[in-house]
Order: sequence, then structure tokens, then C-alpha cells
Amino acid sequence: MKLLRTLLLAAAVAAVTTSCERPPVSTVQHGYRGLAMGLVYNPRTQARQAEANTVPAADPPADASGPRAASVYQNIQVLNDLSVAQFARLMVAMTAWVAPPEQSCGYCHAVTDMASDANYRKVVARQMLRMVRHLNGEWQAHVAATGVTCYTCHRGNGVPQYVWYRQVPPAPGADFAGNRAGQNAPAPVVGLTSLPNDPYGTFLAGEPENIRVVATEPLPGTGSGSTIKQTEKSYGLMIHMSRALGVNCTYCHNSRSFTSWDSSTPQRATAWYGIRMVRDINTQYLEPLTPVFPADRKGPMHDVAKVDCETCHQGAFKPLYGVSMLKDYPELAGAGAH
Amino acid sequence: MAEYMNIFNAVQVRSPAYGGTPLRPGIWKRQGGSLFSYWLGWMGDAQVGPVYLGTLGLASLLCGFIAFEIIGLNMLASVNWSPTEFLRQLPWLALEPPAPSNGLHIPPLNQGGWWLMAGFFLTASLLLWWARMYRRARALGMGTHVAWAFAAAIWLYLVLGFIRPLLMGSWGEAVPFGIFPHLDWTAAFSIRYGNLFYNPFHMLSIAFLYGSALLFAMHAATILACSRMGVDRELEQIVDRGTGAERAALFWRWTMGFNATVESIHRWAWWFAVLCPLVGGIGILLTGTVVDNWYLWAVKHGVAPSYPQVFPAVPDPATLPGAAP
Repeated sequence: MKLLRTLLLAAAVAAVTTSCERPPVSTVQHGYRGLAMGLVYNPRTQARQAEANTVPAADPPADASGPRAASVYQNIQVLNDLSVAQFARLMVAMTAWVAPPEQSCGYCHAVTDMASDANYRKVVARQMLRMVRHLNGEWQAHVAATGVTCYTCHRGNGVPQYVWYRQVPPAPGADFAGNRAGQNAPAPVVGLTSLPNDPYGTFLAGEPENIRVVATEPLPGTGSGSTIKQTEKSYGLMIHMSRALGVNCTYCHNSRSFTSWDSSTPQRATAWYGIRMVRDINTQYLEPLTPVFPADRKGPMHDVAKVDCETCHQGAFKPLYGVSMLKDYPELAGAGAH
Repeated sequence: MAEYMNIFNAVQVRSPAYGGTPLRPGIWKRQGGSLFSYWLGWMGDAQVGPVYLGTLGLASLLCGFIAFEIIGLNMLASVNWSPTEFLRQLPWLALEPPAPSNGLHIPPLNQGGWWLMAGFFLTASLLLWWARMYRRARALGMGTHVAWAFAAAIWLYLVLGFIRPLLMGSWGEAVPFGIFPHLDWTAAFSIRYGNLFYNPFHMLSIAFLYGSALLFAMHAATILACSRMGVDRELEQIVDRGTGAERAALFWRWTMGFNATVESIHRWAWWFAVLCPLVGGIGILLTGTVVDNWYLWAVKHGVAPSYPQVFPAVPDPATLPGAAP
């Protein structure tokens, strides 16, 4: 009996420690009472995320008057509407946000000729400035007035911490056995489930697959006709979003009907625009840079690093918990923002 | 002197090994001698063997072994034949059915062909084992209740892996062979068809599942509670009911006014257990073939309640003017 009791205790301890999150876990009601639409938080995870999502202090604002940067410096193509003071302040900020401290300006510029485009990083940075203004101007459905800056993704890194490359597709039929069919591996991107583990390549770049798989009518014939395998792919994308934003399903959905908009939260619409924004970034701004990047900056399929939800969100429901750095750097605002 | 009472007593009944009733003449004999295990005696009969394997049993084990090997070796191949990775990733590994684009054609081996083959041999193994159960029961002059209960489980298995994929026109609709993969498949299945909890046959199946557990707990607890009166040894209860069964009946009549009889409680349990996969299979069979979205079906028929809106109305952005899909 003593042995049995010991074994049972050991099994119980193993089950609790390996399959459960260590308490405390708090739940915040998010929908109508009784619908189990709770937001689940763990203070330990939150503390970790809060630390990773702190905002650096802004430099004092620059004088917007005086000669334009484009009339003083050579080869200015995007920031030509800024004053010299604004231009200099933004360059300093970008250096702090993106460049490794030991390389400073030289990370992007040829220091002997700051106007030169010889360093590919300067060409990339110019495209990224166009992108930031585009996002702040045209994608307010997702970024709202909070907006984005270089720091939203870069956080002091030359290459943002969370990016993705296209996976090498397994040669079809090349092997005799053991086809994983793009799933059935403990992949962190889909939260260690066995779901299809390339939601990025499937949904977030050129020619994305359809995410909506649930039938829109009660009876067959008029519905989507989607397969279970398609559903598993969409499910994998949703797990990625949940992980990237540090939220559970009920942040956006009432789980009794994932597809019904009338029982969803407003956050779901914001996320819908987010998915389209990510596709826009990848296809309109990053993939066109393919000839610019050197080979060692590319993935195994010779493609450039691309963004997903985590690139900006980094575990927070709003990047940097919704603190707007754009208001301190109005130089990055888009045309549509004013 | 110690007296045998029940499982919690350390005393075990030991008699000379019993080989069973004489077999009808045939090529098969019961295999293996008999041995006694103290540890097995703790939870059941201490006598182990002899076993009747028979042609059906041998064929079933063979087919089962082939299916097991096809699945296991494909999993091993998927981790590049690494035994350590096989152990580490085992819960995630699977043998996937063919892609939906394949329809009901026979695909190349590594694109679902192995899955079809494993499914064939596993099904053959189960059906052969079913026939063996039926024949063994008949050979003992028993009813065939065990075989038909097993058939209910086989029905659910066949609906999931064979009948429904046939009706849907695609092997890709079937379940993968794998631990986590079949669970993720189940979740995706429910999501695709608008939440299986609104499927009335799924509801019934759950009722019978939980009902089975409840009945099992009530019955087992009743018998254990009366084993001190020797209820487990009252072999002729219906003709000559002893004090144990009498108290068991009284207990429930006092508690809720009604008691099952010693015989009927087993009919209750049998039907609850059998109906669980039986109605579950019907529910799966109707999904995608007759009903495409169970939630919307439940709304249409007034099953799913509506709740007050607490958030501002969210229109589907894809329906707004100028929206990209």
C-alpha cells in the first residue's frame, strides 16, 4: 500500500508539474457573464513581457523650421520634408533603435560618404522608412493613432528578433516513408502542437491560402467546402497569433462559434486588418528587397526575412503595451495621418 | 485464521490450475500451460493461461502487427531513423492520410499509401478479433454480448476512418494515426463543422459516456459495499437472494425509490456503454454529409441560445467596401 501510495503521489506530481502552468493564474471576464470568455494571465509571464516591452526615453523634440534636409544633404529620397534638426534627431534615434552601438552610423552608412548607397543596409533602411510612413498613414485600422516606429520591431537589434523565412519543401515522394506532411513535429510556432507548422508561408506572404474554413450555412452545398487539413492550417495560424499577442482564443472569439462576427470582440477586426497589413509588408516592402540583401542575410530558400504578428507584438496584446512612440517622432507619421 | 473477503484482503484463493471445458475436436488446442501470479491475483484471477489462439486470433495478431509496424516505421522514418528523436517526439509523430486533393484514389506510398495500407490491416485485425470473440463466446455456450459491444466501438472507428471519408469522397477527411495528431484532428474537425457540441448525437454520446461512468461507479460501489456480506459470492441471487444483494437493492430503494435488479443493472451498463460509440458514430457520419455547421444548425432550430451583446457590433471587415479578402 505504501508503494502504491508513493507511486500515485509521484504520478500526480509529475502530471501537475509537466502539464500545468504554475499558479497563480488569474482570469479576467471579457464577454457576457457565463460564456467563459475569460482572459487568462499569469503575473510571472506578464512581468517578463512587461520587461521586454519597455519604451526607451524620447529625445527632446527638434525644431521643424529652417532649411529642409533635402536641400542640405545629398541623396535624400524619403525624409526630404524634414528640417535639418528633425532629420538629425531621427538619424540619432534610428541609430539607437537599430544599429549595434559599436558600429553606430557606420552600420548603414559609408562613413566617408554618408550620402552613398554603397552599404545595402542604407537601401533597406530607406525602404523601411517608406514602410513605416505607409503603415502609419494607410493602416490605421490596425495601428490606430498609436502608430509604429523602427523600435516597434527592432528593439535595438539590426534584424528584428522575430522574423521568418520560407521553409524548404520536402521533395514530394523522394522518400520511401516518413512523410510528415508539413506537420506532426513539436514546433514552437504553433505552440508545440502537432498542427501544420508553416502558418507564415501559408498565410502571411504572396498568394496566401484562405483562412476561413468554417461553413457559413447550416447545411452542406453552400458552405466553404474546406477540408480538415485546411482547418488545421488555419488553426496553426491562430495558435501563432495567440502566442505572439500573449492572449488566449477568447480575446477575439467566442469559442462556441469562432467564425461568427456577431459574437466576436472588436479585437478580432483589428487582428483581421493586422493579417492583411503583415501580408502588405511582406509582399510590398520586404520581398522587393530580395536583390538588395546579401546571400548571408537570406533564408534557405534565398528569400528575405519577413514579418509575422510576433515581429511587432513580441508577446504583448499591443506592441509596447500600446505606448505610442510615434507621438514623440511625428517625422515618421504617414501622409494620411495628418 | 485469515479469511478471504475481497481485494483488500491479503489472502488469495488458490486451487489447482483449471484448463477449461473440453474443446470440440479441431486443429487448435489451448496454448501454454498455467502459471500463478501473486500480483495478478491481487487484482484478478491468479491463474494465467492457457490461451486459445486459434486461426482468427493468429490472423488478427498478424494483421495488427503489420499495421503497428507500418505506423511505427513511418514514424521512425519521419525522424530520420533516429531512435532518440523517435522517443523524444513520439507523441507528435503520425502517419497522415492522403492529401484531400487525392480524393479516393490510391496514392503513392509516401503520400498516404502507407496510411491506407495501415488502415486496411488495422481494420482487418479488429474484424478478425471481433469474429474470434464471437466464436469463443459461442464455444463456451455464452451469449455474444461482448462481441456486439466491441462491434459498437468498431462502428465508430469505421465511421471515422472509412465510411465518412467514403461519403465525403476523400481519404484526406480521415484521422491520422498519431497521439497528438489525432487529438488536433479532433479539435480541427469540431471547428470546421461549427462546433460539434451542438451536434445532438454528440450530446447523446456524451450523456452515455458520463452515464456509463456514473452507472459503473454506482454498481461497483454497491457491490464493493456489500462484499462484506458476501454479495460477490452470491451466485444464485435471483433464485436464492442472499443478504448482500438484498441490502444492495434496499439501499437504492431507500435512497431513490427504485433499484435495478442484479441482472438489469448489467443491461443498463451494457446499453449505456454500447450507445456511447453507437450514437457518436451517427453524429460523425452526419457531419459534413448532412450538416455543415452544427452551431448554425442549432441556431436555426432554436437549440443555441443567444446572449446580450456587450461589445460594440463588429462587422466582418471582409464585407466592407474596398476590403481585400
